[in-house]
This record gives sequence, structure tokens and C-alpha cells, in this order.
Amino acid sequence: MDLNTITAVAHPQTRSQLPVWTSGDAWLAGGTWLFSEPQVHLTRLIDLTDLKWPALTITDTHLIIAATCTISQLDALACPADWLAAPLIGQCCRAFLASFKIWKTATVGGNLCMSLPAGPMISLTSALDGVCTIWKVTGSEQKIPVVDFVTGNQRNRLTSGDLLRQIDIPIASLKRRSAFRQISLAPVGRSAALLIGSLDADGALTLTVTASTVRPIRLLFPKAPDASTLRAAILEQITDNLYHTDIHGKPLWRKHMTLRLAEEIRGELLDTARP
Amino acid sequence: MSLEINGTIFPQEPRAGQCLRTFLRELGHFGVKKGCDAGDCGACTVLLDGEPVHSCLIPAFRAEGRAVITIEGLGGDNGAHPMQQAFLDAQGFQCGFCTAGMILTCASLNQAQRTDLGGALKGNICRCTGYRAIEDAILGKTNVEESVEAGAAFGRSLPAPAGPDVVSGKARYTFDTAIDRLLHIKLLRSPHAHAKIVAIDKSAALTVPGVHAVLTHDDAPSMLISTARHEKDWMDPEDTRILDDVVRFIGQKVAAVVAESEAAAEEACRRLKVAYEILPALVDPEQAMAPGAPIIHPDRTTENRVADAQRNLVAETHGEFGDVASALATSAVSYEATFHSHRVQHAALETHGGLAWLDDAGVLNVRCSTQVPFLTRRALSDIFKLPMDKVRVFCERVGGGFGGKQEMFVEDILALAALKTGRPVKLELTREEQFIATSTRHPMRVHIKAGADADGKLTALQLEVLSNTGAYGNHAGPVMFHSLSESIAVYNCPNKKVDGFAVYTNTVPSGAFRGYGLPQTLIAVEAAIDELARQLGISPYDMRRRNIVKPGDPMLSPPPSEFHDVLYGSYGLDQCLDLVERAMQADTPQPDLSPEWLIGDGVALTMIDTVPPAGHIADAMIALNDDGGFDLTVGTAEFGNGTSTVHRQIAATTLATTVDRIRLRQSDTAHGGHDTGAYGSAGTFVAGKATHAAAMQLATELKAAAAGAWLCDVATCMLEEASVVSGVRRMSFAELAKLARERGQPLAAKGNSDGTPRSVGFNVQGFRVAVNKGTGELKILKSVQAADAGVVANPMQCRGQVEGGVAQALGAALYEEMVIDGTGRVTNPKFRDYHLPSFADVPRTEVLFAETSDAIGPLGAKSMSESPYNPVTAALANAITDATGIRFTAPPFKPDRLFPALHDKFGA
Repeated sequence: MDLNTITAVAHPQTRSQLPVWTSGDAWLAGGTWLFSEPQVHLTRLIDLTDLKWPALTITDTHLIIAATCTISQLDALACPADWLAAPLIGQCCRAFLASFKIWKTATVGGNLCMSLPAGPMISLTSALDGVCTIWKVTGSEQKIPVVDFVTGNQRNRLTSGDLLRQIDIPIASLKRRSAFRQISLAPVGRSAALLIGSLDADGALTLTVTASTVRPIRLLFPKAPDASTLRAAILEQITDNLYHTDIHGKPLWRKHMTLRLAEEIRGELLDTARP
Repeated sequence: MSLEINGTIFPQEPRAGQCLRTFLRELGHFGVKKGCDAGDCGACTVLLDGEPVHSCLIPAFRAEGRAVITIEGLGGDNGAHPMQQAFLDAQGFQCGFCTAGMILTCASLNQAQRTDLGGALKGNICRCTGYRAIEDAILGKTNVEESVEAGAAFGRSLPAPAGPDVVSGKARYTFDTAIDRLLHIKLLRSPHAHAKIVAIDKSAALTVPGVHAVLTHDDAPSMLISTARHEKDWMDPEDTRILDDVVRFIGQKVAAVVAESEAAAEEACRRLKVAYEILPALVDPEQAMAPGAPIIHPDRTTENRVADAQRNLVAETHGEFGDVASALATSAVSYEATFHSHRVQHAALETHGGLAWLDDAGVLNVRCSTQVPFLTRRALSDIFKLPMDKVRVFCERVGGGFGGKQEMFVEDILALAALKTGRPVKLELTREEQFIATSTRHPMRVHIKAGADADGKLTALQLEVLSNTGAYGNHAGPVMFHSLSESIAVYNCPNKKVDGFAVYTNTVPSGAFRGYGLPQTLIAVEAAIDELARQLGISPYDMRRRNIVKPGDPMLSPPPSEFHDVLYGSYGLDQCLDLVERAMQADTPQPDLSPEWLIGDGVALTMIDTVPPAGHIADAMIALNDDGGFDLTVGTAEFGNGTSTVHRQIAATTLATTVDRIRLRQSDTAHGGHDTGAYGSAGTFVAGKATHAAAMQLATELKAAAAGAWLCDVATCMLEEASVVSGVRRMSFAELAKLARERGQPLAAKGNSDGTPRSVGFNVQGFRVAVNKGTGELKILKSVQAADAGVVANPMQCRGQVEGGVAQALGAALYEEMVIDGTGRVTNPKFRDYHLPSFADVPRTEVLFAETSDAIGPLGAKSMSESPYNPVTAALANAITDATGIRFTAPPFKPDRLFPALHDKFGA
């Protein structure tokens, strides 16, 4: 929709050209959320497009995802064969409530910064041990794991004027076996619970719970848990107040779906018979 | 900047925060529609450098140097794009408002996406079709009949006359017109559920550049009206002012700003300083009649047609036939339960709104998104003390209605602003305003008691309804009465009792909605029939057969009605039950489901009077043109209901010609005559009768004119395609027109229908569902609906109406839910939080028609637009109960709402 209070758009091309952050400013990445709701408190958009951050960079140790990388660009990434966790990328892209038409515009960074419980890029990057690089408004840089970056429903560690630059994913995380489960109230609805499990070579299981909880929650099991251990850990570590409630799912149901999907993941990854 | 649109370079500069959607429309590309303006519905889809995007989310400046294709440019110089042609061949649209975005999206799908249409089309909402016809278009199916011989149009699957314009983006909806010197209106809305406006300080608002006027209750006529539009004003209470000094729900309009731009009007709204005296608010309808409850309309009396304002009671009804209590005490089986129907919205993709201007003759013109142009004209004439001939209300194509546009939510403000400023004005509601400030379906609590004897004969039926009309009483009484009428009149039962209460609350008003109260009570009635049958070991079908009315049986619901004009013009309920039972028993391939999935069947039926009571009027005019074609003028509006197609079919058949010779003019008070409106499923049954009468009269006159010229017996004259013939003599319609003109006696005729007597239509819905006892998820394995529409005027269209009704009802049954918090605020006023059925959500429904011919309806036809919606939730609930053994009494039946009871019964 038209943002009628916007009077100016800045187009910095380098970090040094970033304007001094003032009240009424907003970073503009894809704009798919910004332009979807009235923003009457805003007067200037700072467009990140001309910074021309490379969308995806693969180094010896990391996959570097620029905050401005679109969902389509990420979805199209040709992953090496030994990235056993690569299917998670497509699964998480498809977990968007929005369709492929939005993926062309929406960005990975935008999804993180929105910090909705159902943000599927939060699910993906937190499950893959992603670390955020933040350009602080003060000019310094800060690194925060994604799992700590999002602190609650639409809450995160950014302060006014901070800019999320990129998310670094360790290649090692991409080489783990993984399992994905998601449920929502409608066949292609917004995620009400999205769980990702991954298995280290040494048998350690990591379970990342998103969408059902107000922030991503990771459960670590140094050795393969049995069903009751897994269940007990979830019940203990995810207290009832952490389950999200809104029109997309009641908390009691989200809790039970979390327990159920976690057990399915355990079954898949540990190749045990499902109950 | 410069961008290319459909091959043409445009040098214009967008505003800093402007989105591509409005920029394209400002540059004249009206095919780009606004459904939500938030990226959720896909109506604004365009191709940006060949890729489909939602133009409402794209900052306009980012189109710099890029190429945009809108629906108008999709076909290029070679005529229609294959996908446009496919949508025509399959008739993959009804109102057509989503069609441009749908076609551009479908034309962009790759092979992989075509195999997963549920995923690929999750960003495109169609509110009308139920998606089957859209799938047909993508699959390249042809649903229209290629050629139909003269005089045989009625009963055939002819395409909608507006189809070529709809698929090419040329069809003009409400806002698809450019007017010079246009001013824009924005409304300041109440943040309080109940408050007195003490003062409004306009001074800061008036300093905003471009602001022409700030209108408040001081500027508005003090006349009390209802936003509801009915042929008879006495059906609704007088409880509403255009702009009031008391606000009774969050979202009620407080002031209107008229300015050079929407931006200026919005800014001025923000600068208005309103002093409120907060009043206690009533949100819970259960508390409305309790002693000490806040009184919402304390000054209204029965003079204003408010039943008991001191108890917040806008309407009530009580009646009993026989003795229900005694009958229940001695019945072999009985059932009692309370059901709750929630608040849902029409969600027509075109929002309410319109344009108004005074023309050189001093006529106030209002172009608006309405189902009732004639009744709106009458209201504006009353309110502003203007002669009827000084007000014109009209619509071209309307982007969906579903009852929501049988109201006057914007036309009064448009008129006020145009009259105050003397300038053309526009008011286009946002999607959020649709949710918080128009109308919804009436939430209802329905308590039922029912009994039957050992043979399965009903002994008692008792309903108590509490209907929440919200802050105003538009449609409160009629919806409540209707909910208690056909729902039990369809069953023979010696003892019936009803108590109905429609109460005010400080929430967004309820209003007319497809089904008009029946879906809410049918959940209870059809559940009771099933529960009694289950206790007796009788099949749900046989239980219904033993109790449904049959021709000759009185159709009764207490108290005694003042209207005695409902007749069995035809009867196909027995056929509908047989058709659904047979179809449900037929072998159907079942998906391989784990034992966690519980499977069950359910059925429900509905009867509906084919016309609302107390009069529904339609005039039609038809005239022979010089070219031998006909101008058919009707008042009824087209918003996807398909009546434009049917009216041409009726006229062409009656005049023994082809539909291409019938040019339809519609829904414009300037054309003369009267039309109560396109509501109550009257577009075919009432207005179609008027068209039939006019065409019959003209046919007689054509023959008489030819006989006069030939000096032969008129009885020997017949109409044949485009001529009158008598023996070997033949005169073309064009020659006849010339002859008539020379004689100064143009050939034209009028027809009229007054909506009485009325007939009854029937629908039966069957479902097979699977419910996952571990998650609460629900799959629909089979869906069948049988409809008794009399002689089906257009099988393709009628099937589409049924499918669309099922889809919309499944939305209400499974997903859609307006949530109102304790302060009266709608907490989810956007599509991403109000899940409308998308392609992935809607199963295919097998549609079957009873073979009947109605003695009252035009050429044997009956109405079929509301009623397919009505039995759906009830049938689904019955299927869920059959599957799980649990009676769920409060839709929507979402997994998180089914889960607790499933978990209690079946464990983890």
C-alpha cells in the first residue's frame, strides 16, 4: 500500500554513505512487510538495494547469506551433494505463508528482523547454527547467534538504527542429517509449529523448535534420547508461557504438536519405529 | 524516472512512499486491482520484468527502468493470451475481480508449479468460484457451449457476456474510472467502543494543504436511518446517523476529511482532536439483556422499531404451535444442546466505496459498489431531501457482494461530501475498514430441543436464538426471523416453539450475509435430526425422509406468519436426498490414511424461500433496435451472480433468437423503473420474471406489427431467429424496426415482477471427512451437493454458484473467524490473519441437480445463490461427529479447536 507519510528515500551505495539514523527512518530491504501495513510513524526509507551485498557467498567454512538475499535466491541455491541438510532450505521457503511471488522480493534478513514466531528463515538459520552480523548504529559490529537474536514475538536484539548485515551458516551444520516437520491450521497456512532436528556424526541430536514458541528454542541431546527423555526435556525446557498464542494456533495445541512432531523427528533421525 | 508499461514508456515520477499498484492505476491501468493492499490476495499481480509480483508491495521507485505487464498488456498485439482464452473457455471467474491477478499468475507457472496448484496459487484468493473452474482453465478445459441455436439459450451453458472484458482487464469495476478534479475522502474512526463526542477541534486538520472540508456530526443530517436496504423500510430500525455524536463501536466513523489527495486526507484525520466522554461498553451479547448492562441506544423506542431499547433488544419473536414441553416429556428420544456460530465476513474482494459528483443538470451521481442501487437512491433522496430524479445511483461491474453490499456504508458520506464541496469525490475503503467498520454475519447462540417417536417421526422442535447484531440493528430482525423460519418449516412436526432475541452490543454491526441467518440455526437443527436418528438406529437420510415436508404439507414455523404466499412451485427435496445418498454410496477411491484418521459421513439439508417476504420488485424494459437486436434494461446488479447471462438467455429464448442479439443495460437508476435489488437470491427469480414478462410482451408486439403489415392473422406469425415469419412471408427484425420507426411506434415492452407468490428451493450437502485424532487435522474426502434450482437456466453457472457457496461456507466452517477482544476491538482485520479458503483448502464438490420445473419462476427456474452455502457447516459437523463420536457445537472446526476433545477421548 502507499506509505503516504514517506517524504524521502535514501539510496546509499556504501556503508559510509548510510545516513545518520533519525527518528522516522526505516531500512527498506524487500519491503514486503513494510508496504503491507500502515507505517504512519515513518518519514524516510533507507533502501539497501544499492549496497549490492552479494546474496550468497560460500567460503571454506561458511555459507554467508546477505540480509538482502531474497527467498527466491536462497531457494535457488545449488547446494553441494554433501550438504545433507540442504533440503531444509526448500522446506523452509515453502513454509512461508506467502507465495512464490513474494519470495522474489522478500528477504532473509527481513524475515529475521520481523521476528514473528512463524518466520521460516528464523527456523532455518537457527537450526543451522546461524550467526547474525549486526552493524550497530554506533558504527561497531556485533555477532549474535540467530537463536539468541530473536527474543520474542516481534522482538529481537536490534536497537533503533542497527542494521542486520548477514547471517553466517557453518558448512559443518549443513552437512548434518536433518529432519523437518511443520503443521498449521490450514494446508498452506501459517506455521503453528515448525521443528527441525539434526544429527551430528557423533550421534548428538539438536532439536530446534520454532513457530509454536515465541522465540526459537534449541534442545541439545549429547546422545540419542529415547521417547520419554525427549518428551521430558521438552516439557521441562519449554514452559507453557513460551508457547505462542494467536489466531494461527492455540497454545495447548501448539504444545502437543511440538511434542508430537519432535517425536516424529526423533523417529526419523534415529530410525526407530514410530509409536 | 521512466518505466515501460505494456510496451509504452512512461516518464512520470511516483511519490516517495508510493507502491507500484497505485502508480499503475494513476497511469490508467485499471486492470490492476486492490483486494487487500497488503500482499495477501494477489488481485494486484503484474509482471515485473516478466516475473509475477504483488504490485501493492513493490515500491514504485523500484520499477525505474523496468518493464511492467498488466492484464491489459498480457495479450500483446495478438489478441488474447492463451491463459486469457483458457479462462474464457472454462469461465474461470464469477465476479472477476481476482481474475486479472489470477490469469497473470497462472500464465507464469512452470511445469513443477502446475503439478502443485495448491502451493503455487496460495497467493491468489478467489472468493466466488471455489477454484474448480480456475483449475479447469489451467488444465485447458472448455466448459462453455460452443454454439446454441436460436431460441434455445435457456438451459444451456452460455458464457457470461462480460467475459472478454473481464479477462482482458477492460471490465470497469467501481473505481475503474478517471474523473477530473476528484477529491478524496478519508474517515476518522472511533478508537472507543462506546463514547460521547464532546468536541471535535478541526483547526489543525484544516491547515493541512489540500484539505477542502472536515465533516462531522454538525454537518450531517440528523435523520435516523438504517444502513440496511430493504424494499420496505419498516424491516429495519431507525438507529443510525450518517455521522453521530455518539460512537457505539470501535471503527465507527467520527469525521470525514475531503482533500486533494488521500495522503492529505489521512494527515488531516491524524490532526483532528476529538474529545470523548467514554461510556461503559457492552461486548458480550450474553450480558446484553442483563440488569445493569450498559444501554447502547437509550433514546430509541418502538417508534424507531427498536423492540426494547432499555434491554438492548432490537427485535424479538416468540411463538409455539402445539405443546413442546409435553411432547418432549413423552417422546421416545430427545436431544438438547447449545450451538455457537461465530463472526465471519463477506470478504468480497472489491471493498466498499464509490464516487459521487453533481452533474451540469444538478443531478447527484453516485457510482458505487452496491447490490441495491435503487434502494440507495431512495435513501439518499430521503436523507438529503432531494427529488428522486435529482439522484442517480448506479454500478457497472461489482467485485463481489455476498450480502455485504445490501447496505449503505459509504454512499451517504459520498453524497454529503459532494454536496458540501461541489466537487467530485471518491471514498474507497481499505481492507482493514472492511473488517472493522462494515458488517459481518450475525454471531448466534442457538439452543435446541428436539424429540422423536420410536418410528423416527419428529414430535418436538424448539429453538432459542440469541443473535448479536452489534452496535446497529441493520438486518437484525429479518435475519433473526429468517433463521427461525425455513430451518424448521422444512420439517413436519406437530409441536414447534421458537424464541428469538436480537441484541445490541458495542461491536462492529452484523448485517446481511449469504444465507441470512439460516446457516447459524441449521447447525443446530441438522445436528438434532442426526442425533435423534442415531439414538433410534435410523439412517440420517431415512430420518429426514420421514419428516421433511412434501407438496401439500404446510410449511410452518411459529408464530403464525402474516405472509401466506410461499407455495410449492416445484419440489425436489426428495430427489436431492436420493442424489446425495447415492453419490455418497458410490465407490470412491480413498487415500491411504493411517489408523489415526477417523472417517465419517454427514449430510444436511436446507429449504429456502425463493424471494424475501413483503415484496421484491423488478422492472424490465426491452426494445427492438434498428439493427434487429434488442436493448434489455434491468435494474438488478451483476457482482458475480451470473444474472447478466441468465437475463440474456431468458430474453433470447422468449424472442426465439440468440443471446448475441440481446444487449444488456443494468443497475442504473437513470434507466428508469425500479428494482428492489440483487439480494435474497432474487436476481433470476424476480428480476428474471420481469425480463421474461417484458420479452413475452415484446414478442407479442413483434408478431402483431408484422401481422399488421401483412394484413394477416397474428396467430399465423412466429418468431424465428431474427425474423417474424408467417407461411412463406418473412420480415427481419431490422426491417420490422425500420417499419415501426417510420410509423412512429417503436417496438418496446415492459415487464414487472412483484416477488409474490414465492416458491421454495432445496439443497442437500453430503461430506465424507477424515479427522486425525492426534492432531485435529481434517481432510474432506468427498463432497456432494444436490440442488433443486428448478429448470437450471445455465448449468455451468449454476454449478459454479453451488461450488462457490460450498467454498465460502467451508471457509466459515474450517478457517475464518473474526476475533473481538474484551474491549470490542477486531484483533485480526487482515487476510493473513483471517484465512480465506485458497486453492489448497477447497475440495472438488460433485454438483447434482434435481429435475424439477417451477410453476412460479421464469421458464421454470428457481433461485440458487445463497442456499448452496446454507447446509455446508451443518453437514460437515455431522460428518465430524460420525467420524469421532464427539459433537462439536462451535465452528470453525480448526485443528486447535477440535484437539482438546479428541485428546480427552483418544489420548496422545
